[in-house]
Amino acid sequence: MSDRLIGKAGKRGDLIKRARGDTPFTDDLALPRMLHGKTLRCPHPHARIVSIDTSKALEIPGVIAVLTGRDLPERFGIIPWTPDEHALAIETARFVGDGVAAVAALDERTAVRGCDAIKVLYEVLPSAVDLDSAITRPEIGLSAKKDDNVSKAVDLAFGDVDGELAGSDVVLDGDYFFEGTAHVPIEPHCTLAQYDASGLLTVWSTTQVPHYLHRELSRVLRLSPTRIRVIQPPLGGAFGGKSEPFGHEFTAAKLAMVTGRPVKFLISREEEFYLHRGRHPMRLHFRLGAKSDGTLTAIDARNQIDGGAYSSFGLVTTYYSGQLLSLPTAARSYRFSSTRYFTNKPACGPKRGHGSVQPRFAFEVMLDRMAEKLKLDPIALRRKNAVGGNTHTINGMRVTSNGNLECLAKVEEASGWKERRGKLGFGRGLGVASSAYISGTNYPIYPNEMAQSSVQLKVDRSGVVTVFNGASEIGQGTDMLMATIVADELGLPLEAIRVVSADSDLCPVDLGAYSSRGTFMNGNACLTAARLVKEKLIAAVAAKLEVPETSVFVTRGALCVRGREGDAVPVEEAIQLAEAKFGALGAVGSYKTPPNLGGEYRGGTIGASPAYSFTAHVAEVKVDVETGVVEVVKVWCAHDCGKALLPTQVIGQIDGSVYMGVAEALFEEHLISPNGLHRGPNLLDYRIPTSLDVPQIHSMFVESLDPEGPHGAKEAGEGPLHSSIPAVANAIYDAVGVRLHALPFSPGRVLEALRQRKA
Amino acid sequence: MLPLPEFTLHSPRTIDEALGLLAKPGAMIIAGGTDLLPNMKQGLHQPEHVVSLQHLAELRAIRVEQKVLVLGAMTSLAEVAEHEDVRKYATALAEAAGTVGGPHHRRMGTLGGNLCLDTRCRYYNQSQFWRSALGFCLKKDGEVCHVVEGGKKCVAAASNDTAAAAIALEAVLVIRGAQGVRRVAAGEFFVADGARNIAIARDELLVALEVPRVAKRVSAYEKLRRRGAIDFPLLSVAVRLDGSAVEVVVSALAAKPRRINGAQKLAATQVEAIAEAAARECNPMPNIDGDVAWRKQMVRVMVKRALVRAIGAAQPST
Ligand SMILES: Cc1cc2nc3c(=O)[nH]c(=O)nc-3n(C[C@H](O)[C@H](O)[C@H](O)COP(=O)(O)OP(=O)(O)OC[C@H]3O[C@@H](n4cnc5c(N)ncnc54)[C@H](O)[C@@H]3O)c2cc1C
Ligand code: SF4
Repeated sequence: MSDRLIGKAGKRGDLIKRARGDTPFTDDLALPRMLHGKTLRCPHPHARIVSIDTSKALEIPGVIAVLTGRDLPERFGIIPWTPDEHALAIETARFVGDGVAAVAALDERTAVRGCDAIKVLYEVLPSAVDLDSAITRPEIGLSAKKDDNVSKAVDLAFGDVDGELAGSDVVLDGDYFFEGTAHVPIEPHCTLAQYDASGLLTVWSTTQVPHYLHRELSRVLRLSPTRIRVIQPPLGGAFGGKSEPFGHEFTAAKLAMVTGRPVKFLISREEEFYLHRGRHPMRLHFRLGAKSDGTLTAIDARNQIDGGAYSSFGLVTTYYSGQLLSLPTAARSYRFSSTRYFTNKPACGPKRGHGSVQPRFAFEVMLDRMAEKLKLDPIALRRKNAVGGNTHTINGMRVTSNGNLECLAKVEEASGWKERRGKLGFGRGLGVASSAYISGTNYPIYPNEMAQSSVQLKVDRSGVVTVFNGASEIGQGTDMLMATIVADELGLPLEAIRVVSADSDLCPVDLGAYSSRGTFMNGNACLTAARLVKEKLIAAVAAKLEVPETSVFVTRGALCVRGREGDAVPVEEAIQLAEAKFGALGAVGSYKTPPNLGGEYRGGTIGASPAYSFTAHVAEVKVDVETGVVEVVKVWCAHDCGKALLPTQVIGQIDGSVYMGVAEALFEEHLISPNGLHRGPNLLDYRIPTSLDVPQIHSMFVESLDPEGPHGAKEAGEGPLHSSIPAVANAIYDAVGVRLHALPFSPGRVLEALRQRKA
Repeated sequence: MLPLPEFTLHSPRTIDEALGLLAKPGAMIIAGGTDLLPNMKQGLHQPEHVVSLQHLAELRAIRVEQKVLVLGAMTSLAEVAEHEDVRKYATALAEAAGTVGGPHHRRMGTLGGNLCLDTRCRYYNQSQFWRSALGFCLKKDGEVCHVVEGGKKCVAAASNDTAAAAIALEAVLVIRGAQGVRRVAAGEFFVADGARNIAIARDELLVALEVPRVAKRVSAYEKLRRRGAIDFPLLSVAVRLDGSAVEVVVSALAAKPRRINGAQKLAATQVEAIAEAAARECNPMPNIDGDVAWRKQMVRVMVKRALVRAIGAAQPST
């Protein structure tokens, strides 16, 4: 269609609703007779639960029911191979904040009082609250077999790393440390559960994975999935922190079943830090080899990963910490050895750029050092070792579209790199970095042969089309994208498209909003369904006008016939013709990844994606050498999203990624004290930037038109975060000549590095 | 969410009525509530009666008198920061008020509430759960101090931005109690006890702050913080210049803001020496932020920056 909405800047109707308070978030929902739930949490980093006495709590007027772990004995976990969580701890609690009991009461205050009245007798156990103790004290026994603290170990090698290193002209070593960070969505977790008289359990929850929640609720509650409905209301941010089931989702449901009344749990900001699943702390040792002409010969990475108390997505995290190092800049050989350890801390999980942001920081800083050593421009070094399009990476991932070089060219040009780098005077500098990320994984979390994303369209004879869509709108704009795709295919105005999403009773399954899969998978499913409807409209119009179907095409508002422009049939009429001809109108579309996207080895499918996005950043910083304060003045970011279906949203995602990356570079630090207590589970102690701390952001997109993406599109939600952090690190080096090895780049660390440089 | 504990709210229309209500056991004043309410949610205070000053219009005005500037306790921080006369005669105070929290806090938060702000400590300004997990401390419900091992006195930090400025500007706090009005110099109002660092009884009311108007006096305020807003001071520095005489006050150290003795013998232009004296006399503690070494290093830098700005302002612009 010529006047497509796709590709044009436009407003998002739902954002106005959000800004005006019209969007009903989970906590805005209230039901008659609703109770409020609270979780009693363990104050010790590792403890055996000797006994729990709930009698005093039950005596409090207004406390209706109390649960302990024994009421929900089934284990769960997002990865089917590692279910190691209980809704409430049964025998041992594994971190400060682990849930041990739950109370439902008439109001929140009474629920808190109920929790306070529960007597738990603990036997405090030895604990590991950092990587070092997890590694050196296996007797703490946090692993499944209790013989060590290892959660997952992955060793993979591609090519002759030792040989290549031996034959290299330059070999560099580096040690890096990435302190964990949290997601900090504006909207905290919240769950409302209702068990009605017919025995149907309905759960409204702030989740990015309603389908997995549906499955796990069924398992843990030992209730047939046919008696469970999961609804995900619009979310106020998630960033990966809502992409697995959480204890309170089960306790809310169970309490609703026990009491026969609706029960709501609203998680406090402090509890958010205990639910966590934030970015893993990682200690990274990197070795990088090169020939004097700039050819990268080998990458040898050893990563120690601090996983926190539970497995979460840890299996995947461990792979991601190495698998994505083969793009966009690659060496002739590479290996990584990553081990994730359990510690007695809030569990880590996926945060925007799951598992790959930390190694990206280390690797891109190593590249900067290598470029300096070889007296090469850092962009030139990346160009020389760039992996092209339509190829396979050294670890066997199929790559199709690849806009990496265009991204580099764009940031080089826009930032004035050639003219300005190294010439801004002491205290000011530019740094570059680049990265790649997946557009969804090719592997569903539980093995199955079914579609990963499905969409169902219902076409009403009034001209309204409803998209029933399993995907999760978490603020990123999938609802708007689906509406736009349908509007364009059928020539309807955007206002005629309704989107109903993430309701297990109404919508077909989509696996969830994680691994940047929405645009690619859900978009393809939706496009397929819309095209099926379009074919019917065309067939009906062609029959009516007695012209061949091939001559009918869709424009905005009407179907036209080539060469007979006067014969336009309004879309609404075409719909009615089609309904008369075919009966009730609708269609389903689904998407499943093609086979053989990854390497033929154990784990080869993890990290493999139908398409990769590419990103390049240049950051400009100002360093105050008296205070050590780093100001990120401006960031240029170019991102290859295949095709910017909704350019305003793509730019929004890039802006947001840069914001989050700079936040992690300068401020964020998820610290647990040696006694296992969170350093400050609130937004004064855990600092995220205010609007005054955000750099100027110049976001650009590159359109490499992916052959398999919907209209050529790929992801834009996570990729643009990766290289922002090393770009800042490299800019600091350009500004004041110091290399920072640990995140965040706090003023104290900068001053210390400056002092060491002088000495 | 953290629920707010239950209490009875009172909205007196006169100061006398307010004083009468404050005589009730377990009564506390609420002005803007930007400090009191979060603290109550964390279980730090459990007042039975909360006495609001919102309807006491007489506490809200800023008056320019011949010798003093009178700032009502209920004046919002935003107004203190923006008011032309305050900016002129009490520059450091206006600057300090302008750095408190974010725009919402300054709109709701009052000068009186800021001057009477509870001291802060990273082991104290946490939830009931967190503090119980750690073990309660001297300031609230406990017997030990987590900052000073074996410490018998709380050293929580004065974290109000306006305190150092009020002291440097020789301001006087006007206090009403059942016995009538009393005036206390800002330098004496803040005392070295983190449990309660303000010399005002719980049944008294801060009515106003009087700042002397002195010809040719200049002042400046510098605040050390990690982000551009919504950060309590990691160091708070106010300087005042009367010709070559200089006063330097540093706060966010312990409970009592510190006047730098070494500065009083020096001329304002001896910037390095004054900064050096401040660095010698100030010892940031691990009571508020983890990076104590950095805060210690920054004393010199912040004092220097405040002085340089004040000296600049003292120069007749040509
Ligand atoms: C996120 C956040 C950030 C903040 N950042 C800063 C900051 O950077 N700098 C800073 O200084 N503060 C900061 N604050 C604290 C607070 O907002 C300010 O100090 C504000 O000035 C307090 O004023 P208020 O009127 O809201 O006080 P309230 O909360 O109403 O009262 C504070 C205390 O003073 C007492 N009180 C109030 N008025 C009187 C009176 N007239 N007489 C006697 N006692 C009285 C109250 O009983 C209470 O104990 C921050 C608060 C928050 C929540
Ligand atoms: S200084 Fe010591 S006593 Fe005072 S609040 Fe902090 S830990 Fe408690």
